[in-house]
Amino acid sequence: MTDILIHLLLTIFMPPLLLGVIGKTKAAFAGRVGAPFLQPYYDLAKLIRKGSVFSDTTTWIFRAGPIVTLAATLVAALLIPLGSHNSPVSFAGDMVLFAYLFALGRFFTTTAALDTGSSFEGMGAAREATFACLAEPTLFFTLMTLSRLSGSLSLTPMLTNLTVSLWFRAGAALILLVGGMFIVLLAENCRIPFDDPTTHLELTMIHEVMVLDHSGPAFAYILYGAAVKLFVIGAFFIHIALPIKTGNPLLDWGVFILSMLGLAVAIGVVESIMARLRLLRIPQLLVAACILSAFSMLLILR
Amino acid sequence: MTDHFSMKTLYNGESLPLAAVPLVKREDFLQGIINAVDRGWRISAMFGDGGADGVTLYAVLSAKSDGVLGVMRSRCGDSFPSITPYCPQANLFEREIAEQFGVKPEGHPWFKPVRFHRPFRPGRDAWGRDASERILPGVTDFYRVEGEEVHEVAVGPVHAGIIEPGHFRFQCHGEEVFHLEIALGFQHRGIEAGLIGGPGPRTVHQMETGAGDSTVAHTWAYCLIMEALAGRRIPAKGEVIRAIALELERLANHTGDLGAIAGDTGYLPTSSYCGRIRGDFLNMSAVLCGSRFSRGLLRPGGTGFDCSLKQADDLLKRLAAGRADLFNAVDLIWTTPSVMGRLENTGTVSIGTATELALTGPAARACGMAMDVRQDFPYGIYQMSQIPVVTAKSGDVYARTLVRWLEADKSLDFVEEQLRQLPGGPHRAQIAPPAAERIAVALTEGWRGEVCHVAITDEVGRFSRYKIVDPSFHNWPGLAMALRGQQISDFPLCNKSFNLSYCGFDL
Repeated sequence: MTDILIHLLLTIFMPPLLLGVIGKTKAAFAGRVGAPFLQPYYDLAKLIRKGSVFSDTTTWIFRAGPIVTLAATLVAALLIPLGSHNSPVSFAGDMVLFAYLFALGRFFTTTAALDTGSSFEGMGAAREATFACLAEPTLFFTLMTLSRLSGSLSLTPMLTNLTVSLWFRAGAALILLVGGMFIVLLAENCRIPFDDPTTHLELTMIHEVMVLDHSGPAFAYILYGAAVKLFVIGAFFIHIALPIKTGNPLLDWGVFILSMLGLAVAIGVVESIMARLRLLRIPQLLVAACILSAFSMLLILR
Repeated sequence: MTDHFSMKTLYNGESLPLAAVPLVKREDFLQGIINAVDRGWRISAMFGDGGADGVTLYAVLSAKSDGVLGVMRSRCGDSFPSITPYCPQANLFEREIAEQFGVKPEGHPWFKPVRFHRPFRPGRDAWGRDASERILPGVTDFYRVEGEEVHEVAVGPVHAGIIEPGHFRFQCHGEEVFHLEIALGFQHRGIEAGLIGGPGPRTVHQMETGAGDSTVAHTWAYCLIMEALAGRRIPAKGEVIRAIALELERLANHTGDLGAIAGDTGYLPTSSYCGRIRGDFLNMSAVLCGSRFSRGLLRPGGTGFDCSLKQADDLLKRLAAGRADLFNAVDLIWTTPSVMGRLENTGTVSIGTATELALTGPAARACGMAMDVRQDFPYGIYQMSQIPVVTAKSGDVYARTLVRWLEADKSLDFVEEQLRQLPGGPHRAQIAPPAAERIAVALTEGWRGEVCHVAITDEVGRFSRYKIVDPSFHNWPGLAMALRGQQISDFPLCNKSFNLSYCGFDL
């Protein structure tokens, strides 16, 4: 019961902090003080209190987009175990639901973007759909590898099964998974080198350009949904990359939180030391991620 | 020196009696321009002048090989045959003449307004627009590529960032750009019309704010005009301070551009550092005159402020620190493969295109055109002390970035050298009011390239026409060409590597 409560509280309150940590890390690299860690929370609070402007050309899809996306992401957050603790909801085959909840969210984000009829948002939607097609196989190869390793089709046993000792047995396969999943983590969450979340240049954006027409609370849902997505995929990644378990439930929660903050710092470092890829090169890197995870599966199956 | 194509030649910063400018037949005038451009001259300015009694066309061409400028003029009726098909660099000049004086270039391949304003001569509208009709910038036909899979993207005039207004129309096939058309004029303030009847107390301020980031280059050109019309040279110290100010302006803007180019690739360290270092260079201008943009520093006859030895020492210390910081910040670009991968082979302009369009400044030098007013048509202290011209070959964003960095390096050397040997004596001389019925031409090398000012005075020594050509006027078509066949997502990066002025174009 306590674990479920902590799971819910962390899922609801921690995601914006990750964005704050990324921002601080980038600021440190740039020699700036940077915005406070809690700035994303202030931004959300500000947006929630604002009014919304809706274009006359849009339909209910445009209004539903942010809500459906946020809801899908939050449900996905219930399926994923955090640290060594079981997820609140778990059943055989929930990994497929997990993958397609993100697809549902993306479907609504892109259709809401197309609904505005703006050429920018259409471009963004086309880019998002293309890159998502290429990122999805990686996720599925990863899930198949993990399910083979654990002999289960449910996320909780699949991910909590990962331990340090497993790394000694199947280290080569897991390293390939870490590489592939880190690329997907950055691509799915629109971080550099795939997308630049801080740019104001509408012609280069992928995700940001799709939500240009959203304002006020709807935009807050989008930002919050994006943070939760980073949190969920980050938690998934942490399971593979840092499967540290102490056995003490409270200590494990501490380990999980520290790992997530460490991941945010790592993302901040990547964003600070490299430039964005040319848009043409993004599919190549995503295909590389796919190949990494496919080889990982081959190693497990042999 | 073989042929002057019926032009009268003069040197940069000189004036002539108006009567000495050859008045040639219209056909000879136009053919002369075409022939001269074929022989390597470039159009520095081409403009109309006149009122109800008819229009006179003027051409100011420059020959780099001889370091001379040529002027000629021709009477013109309601129209003249367009030379743009034979000489693409005349494109915007012809459209500008049509817009300002209602004289039509017959056969112009893309005859549209430039700045969207009413003609200087009431009732003589080249497009036959009614006087009651509102003229809105950007409201015009655009080039369209037809086809099922071709889509159009319109950007601006309101942008997501805080930048000047301009409208960009892309014809795209997926992510690939077939064609880009740029519509400007949103910032038109009527500076050229406002200068007629000058110089007055306002004139120098209009010059300083024509293109605010090129304050020194434009004001210097204006000062050269005033000094040419008064027939007087200025004290050596004034010349040196002007050059220091111009190079500091170049340093500040090149530093800002280097940072902005890195920022557009998503590379934060250089972007953040250069943002700060640009401020350091701006502050050096403030050491000289109290204004970060050198407002009030250049005045006809010399400079508005002196530079003491103490200020020179202070500047030298700041320059040394700025140089070290800038080197560190920019070096990160060259050593980070992901940044280089974005810069190389993006937005390439061939030397052929650059020559045809008569690009200028770093954009031209990045294509391998070795041209620089400071060297080719030296003025002021550059007659004594030269700055090497920097060129690159590839013509892409990388080349434009590299040229900026190397130029900044050369400017640092130059400013340090000048500060170490500041001449004594006064920094300003009194100059006489402009002489009557003369024409004066001045070119300066701003950080974007060639700034050209031409003044014609009436019988009492007032400006009857004052023409300003900002380097952006030459370079905007270059940006449009750089985008051909590029990814639309690379537009911001290409745009930043040119970093052209909207207000300098719109005037």
